[in-house]
Amino acid sequence: MKVSEIISAIGEQDPEIYERLSSRRRAMSGFVGFGKKLALTSVPFFLGSVLQKAYGQSTGTLVVDTLNFALTLEYLEYRFYNTALGSSGLIPSGPANAAITTIRDHELAHVNFLKTAITAAGGTPVSEPTFDLTGGNGSGNGPFKDAFSNYQVFLAVAQTLEDTGVRAYKGQAGNLISNDTVLTAALNIHSVEARHASHIRQMRKANGFDANIKPWITGKDTEGVAGVDASYAGEENTTQADVSIINIGGQTISASAASEAFDEPLTKEQILLIVDPFLA
Amino acid sequence: MNEERNEGGVLNDLDFQQKLHRRAFLRYTGIAVAASTVITLDACKKDDDGVNFGSDDIAILNYAYALEQLEAAFYTQVISTPYSGISDAEKSLLTDVRDHEIAHREFFKAALGSNAIQALEVDFSSIDFTSRASVLGTAKTFEDLGVAAYNGAGQYIASANYLLLAGKIVSVEARHAAYIRDLLSNGSFADSSVVDSNGLEKSMKPRDVISAASPFIKTKLNAGSLPA
Repeated sequence: MKVSEIISAIGEQDPEIYERLSSRRRAMSGFVGFGKKLALTSVPFFLGSVLQKAYGQSTGTLVVDTLNFALTLEYLEYRFYNTALGSSGLIPSGPANAAITTIRDHELAHVNFLKTAITAAGGTPVSEPTFDLTGGNGSGNGPFKDAFSNYQVFLAVAQTLEDTGVRAYKGQAGNLISNDTVLTAALNIHSVEARHASHIRQMRKANGFDANIKPWITGKDTEGVAGVDASYAGEENTTQADVSIINIGGQTISASAASEAFDEPLTKEQILLIVDPFLA
Repeated sequence: MNEERNEGGVLNDLDFQQKLHRRAFLRYTGIAVAASTVITLDACKKDDDGVNFGSDDIAILNYAYALEQLEAAFYTQVISTPYSGISDAEKSLLTDVRDHEIAHREFFKAALGSNAIQALEVDFSSIDFTSRASVLGTAKTFEDLGVAAYNGAGQYIASANYLLLAGKIVSVEARHAAYIRDLLSNGSFADSSVVDSNGLEKSMKPRDVISAASPFIKTKLNAGSLPA
């Protein structure tokens, strides 16, 4: 999806997007002046800053915008699990199938809940995008093309989606601080995604796909999943609010434990970059 | 767990404030000495009402600090006296959990500085540390409670920075909770006892959390400054 397409898509929900952009002289001049010079990979970062300037202090819009962002991620998760459950022979029957069904049902519940919340907040829920679940940007031939025929690949992608989802919600909490009800709901989704992540990681271990994987994230370890470094970048942080966690208070706390003890957020721009290959 | 007073902490400040308040109150009322004794007892009972969490964001951080103290003390005991039949994998991951909880506890202590509440004395007399079922059952209670507590407290945090810090911790507690639950019953990582029909975690208000945690905490807590 190109930047112009994203803005156009937002325009369908927010007809004033062009006015917002043009009325912010700095945002617009940045957009026109530097657009051509941007490397492709930095576009989502740039787009995020343009949109942030365009939307400015409009809190209601920020809440709706944030919920629509979350909804898009939930659509992706739901579609991924639902496709997997519909792929015969992929997920073993019994506990594995039951667990993935539980997770799929939660993601669908999140989709429906967010749609209701967006409408209640005066917004319009975005439609489900056309996904390329292989991560191939529409080619259908991306790095995860075996996810629905190979159980090991499926669980690897599931792990990454859940860990990334946790980081995405965490990064948006501050944008919802003005609305107690919405913030609490988002937090209540955030921890459920973390429970999913924990279980998927245990499934990978139980199947012998990764002997050393833990339910929590150690450093920025992708646990052998290729091409997902961006989903784990920054998780190695061991300093919180300027306090070093390693051996804090005279206790024996390793760098691994210090990084595991705190999950780190990702910004919307970072998440969009990660999600982009899944958009057809 | 020794009960120790944090120098310059909330407790000392509070004692001081209450003494000031008492004097001002007596001056204002101008009541005779004999009568004032009665009134003092009546109006200034706070001295015996337990640990005060402070106000606003400090109260929420102290509330989190109290819960992390409880969890850290619990897992410290679990690892120093492992239950019978503990596997190497369980001991390894429960040691991780202990370290995470100690890191959380020490982080809050450092972040709160002179505003931190005292070290709390715990009461684990109801737990059989030799029994896997007792230990993991208690761990499940603590982890689910921790997640519900952080989720329920988020809305009372005014600072976006503190909110993010709480968010960084709560998802790790949720990872713990799911792990412990799966140890007890595989597949119960996010069952309907903790997740509602909308797929949302069932969060809890601070005072309800304190009520649920209080059987395990010997030090008297005063939840009065926490949101109802």
